[in-house]
Amino acid sequence: MQRLHRLRTLPALLFLALAPVTTAASDLGEQLAQQGNDKGASACTTCHGADGGGNGPAGWPRLAGMNADHLVKQLNDMASGERDNATMNPIAKGLSAEERRAVSEYYAEMEAPTEAPGTDAAQSVVERGRAIAEQGLWRKGVPSCVACHGPGGDGVGADFPALSGQHASYIENQFTAWQDGDRQNDPNELMASVAKRLTEEEIKAVAAWFASQPARPSAE
Amino acid sequence: MNKTHQDIILPGRHTALLLAATLLVAGTAFAQDDETLTKQVELKEAPEASGEGYFDYPGMDEIPEGQFGEAVRSGMEAFVNTLQHPEAKRHVGNGQNCANCHLGGGMAANSAPLWGAWGIYPKYRGKNDHVNTMDERIRGCFTYSMNAGDSEAGGPPEPDSQLLKDMQSFMFWSARGAPLGENLPGRGYRSVEKPEDGYSISRGKSIYEAQCAVCHSGDGSGKFTADGKQIFPPLWGEKAFNWGAGMHRINTAAGFIKYNMPLGKANPVEKHAALSDQEAWDVAAYMNSHERPRDPRWEGDRTTTAEKWHDHECLFNHKAHGQILGEGTK
Ligand code: HEC
Ligand code: HEC
Ligand code: HEC
Ligand code: HEC
Repeated sequence: MQRLHRLRTLPALLFLALAPVTTAASDLGEQLAQQGNDKGASACTTCHGADGGGNGPAGWPRLAGMNADHLVKQLNDMASGERDNATMNPIAKGLSAEERRAVSEYYAEMEAPTEAPGTDAAQSVVERGRAIAEQGLWRKGVPSCVACHGPGGDGVGADFPALSGQHASYIENQFTAWQDGDRQNDPNELMASVAKRLTEEEIKAVAAWFASQPARPSAE
Repeated sequence: MNKTHQDIILPGRHTALLLAATLLVAGTAFAQDDETLTKQVELKEAPEASGEGYFDYPGMDEIPEGQFGEAVRSGMEAFVNTLQHPEAKRHVGNGQNCANCHLGGGMAANSAPLWGAWGIYPKYRGKNDHVNTMDERIRGCFTYSMNAGDSEAGGPPEPDSQLLKDMQSFMFWSARGAPLGENLPGRGYRSVEKPEDGYSISRGKSIYEAQCAVCHSGDGSGKFTADGKQIFPPLWGEKAFNWGAGMHRINTAAGFIKYNMPLGKANPVEKHAALSDQEAWDVAAYMNSHERPRDPRWEGDRTTTAEKWHDHECLFNHKAHGQILGEGTK
C-alpha cells in the first residue's frame, strides 16, 4: 500500500523538481520582453507590442505564436549580421544564447492576436495577392508562397515561417532586404531566389493578402 | 473478371487487369506489351523555344461559365489536389498529387506541361501497333505514379468516367489554340546526358541532405499535415510513386530535378538549373536507390520482373544500402 502511495506521488515530486526550472526560463523570457537587459537589449514590448502583435506602420513584426526555433535562428543571424538590420542587430547582440532561447520560447507560447493586421489596399489588389500566394507566378517560374510556407501560409516547422497574420510593411521590407542583399540568412537561398523575381507591385499585393489573414496555428 | 486474361496479360494486378479487359472490350488489336499502359513511356526531347518563348496558355479568369467550365475546374482540382478531390482521391494509393511532377499546376514549361501533351494524343506507335489515347496515358499515371492498385478503388478511374472527362476538359482548355500533333517547345522534361563517369549514390546522399531534406524530409517521406494534406511530396517509401513510374528511371528523374528542384531555386520556365548535370544524376540516383511500392507488373519474382520491364537506367534488382531493391514496400 505504501509502495503504491509512493508511486502516485512520484509524478508530483517530479513536477515540483522540474517546475522551478521551467518557470525560471519563462520568467527570464518575460523579463527580457518587458524590461530588456543592461547589455544593449531594450524591452521588446516597446516595439513588438504588449500582445506580441508588432506594429504595422512602423514595420515591427508580430512575434507572438511564431515558431520558437525560427525566432532563435533570426536572433542568432541578426547578432552575426547575416541578417542586417540597424534596429535589431544591437539588440540581438545584447542577448546571450540562453536569453535568445528564453525570449523566443516566451513569444512562441504567447497566443497570436486573433484579428488580422489588416490592409488598406484595394480589394482587387488583395485578390491579386491571393492568387500569387496560392498559385504563384508560374509564367515566370515563381512557385506559390504556400508551396513552401505551408497551407494558408501558416508556416511549416522552423524553416518556413508563418506569413498569415504578419504586417504588410514588414513583409515588403523583407523582400527589399533580400533584393538588396541585406538579408542572406535563408537556407540555400530558397527565399532569396523567389524574392528577386517579384516586382514591387507583386510584392505589395501578396503582402496585402497575408496581412488580411489572421494568424493561424502552423501546419506542422 | 476472366481469369485467363489475368494470367496472359499482367499477372497478379487487378489494376492492369481492368485496363487490359477494357481494351479487349474496345476491340482494338490488343498488344500484350502495350506501352502506354504498361510503361511510363519515355518522351522524345522537345525542340528549343523560339524568340516568342513557350506556348501562351490561358489564365484562370478565362475558364468559361457553364458545364464545360465546371468540368475544367473539377479537372484542375483533381490534378492539383488529387488527394483531396472527392473522386480522384479514391484512385490514389500513395501520398502524391499529379501536380507534384508537373509543376505550376501542370502549366510550367519543361515540367511535362499538359498543354504540351494534349495535341500529341491519340498517338500511333508502330512498336506495339496500337493507337495510344490520352485516356490511357492518364490511367497509366494513376497506375504507376499514383500507385492506384493500393487505393480505395483498387485501380485507375474507369474509361469514360466523369473524372477522366473532367481531367481531359482541363487539359483541352489549357491547350486552346495550340497546334495539334506538334512536339511543342517546353513539352516533357529536358534530357540531361549521363555523365561520362556515371553517377554516385553516396555523393547524391550528401546533395540530398544539404539541398532536399529541408522539404522532402531526411527519410524521403515528405511532409503532411495532421489531417493528411500534403505539404511536401514523398520521394520514396510507401507513400511515393511505385517501381513502374517513369520517375524511377534515373535519367528521367535527373531531367526533372535539374530544371525543377530545389523548388524556387531552379526555374523550369526560364530553363535555369540549380544543379550541374553530375549533381542532378547523383541525387536522382540516391532518390531512386530506395524501396517504393511494388511494380504493378510484378512477374512473380524480381529477376523475371527486371528482365521483362526494367531494361533501362534504373536500380531495380540492383544492390544499394546493403539490400537488393525491387521487392517493394510493405
Ligand atoms: C526599437 C524597436 C525594436 C525593439 C526594442 C525590438 N525589436 Fe525586434 N524587430 C524590430 C524591427 C524593426 C524588426 C524587423 C527587422 C527587419 O525589417 O528586418 C524586428 C525583428 C525582430 C525579429 C525577427 C522576426 C522574424 O520573424 O523574422 C525578432 C525575432 C525580434 N525582432 C526579436 C526581438 C526581441 C526578442 C526583442 C527584445 C529583446 C526585440 N526584438 C526588440 C524592432 C525592434
Ligand atoms: C522555395 C521556398 C519558398 C517560397 C516559394 C517562398 N518562400 Fe518565403 N521563405 C522561405 C524560407 C526558407 C524562409 C526563411 C528564411 C530564414 O530562415 O531566414 C522564408 C522567409 C520569408 C519571409 C520572412 C519571414 C520572417 O518572419 O522572417 C517572408 C516575409 C517571406 N518568406 C515571404 C514569402 C512570400 C510572400 C512568398 C510568395 C511570393 C514566399 N515567401 C515564397 C522559402 C520560400
Ligand atoms: C511521380 C511523378 C509523377 C506524377 C505524380 C504524375 N506524373 Fe504524369 N508524368 C510523369 C513522367 C515522368 C512523365 C513522362 C515525362 C517524360 O518522360 O518526359 C509523365 C507524363 C505525363 C503525361 C504525358 C506528357 C506528354 O507530354 O506526353 C500526362 C498527360 C501526365 N503525365 C498526366 C498525369 C496525371 C493526370 C497525373 C495524376 C493522375 C500524373 N501525370 C502524375 C511523372 C508523374
Ligand atoms: C523548398 C522545398 C523543396 C526543396 C528544397 C526541394 N523540393 Fe522537391 N518538391 C517540392 C515540392 C513542393 C514539390 C511538388 C511541387 C508541386 O506539387 O507543385 C516537389 C517535387 C519533387 C519531385 C517530384 C516527384 C515526387 O515524388 O513528388 C522530385 C523528384 C523532387 N521534388 C526532388 C527534389 C530533389 C532531388 C531536391 C534537392 C535537389 C528537392 N526536390 C528539393 C519542394 C522542394
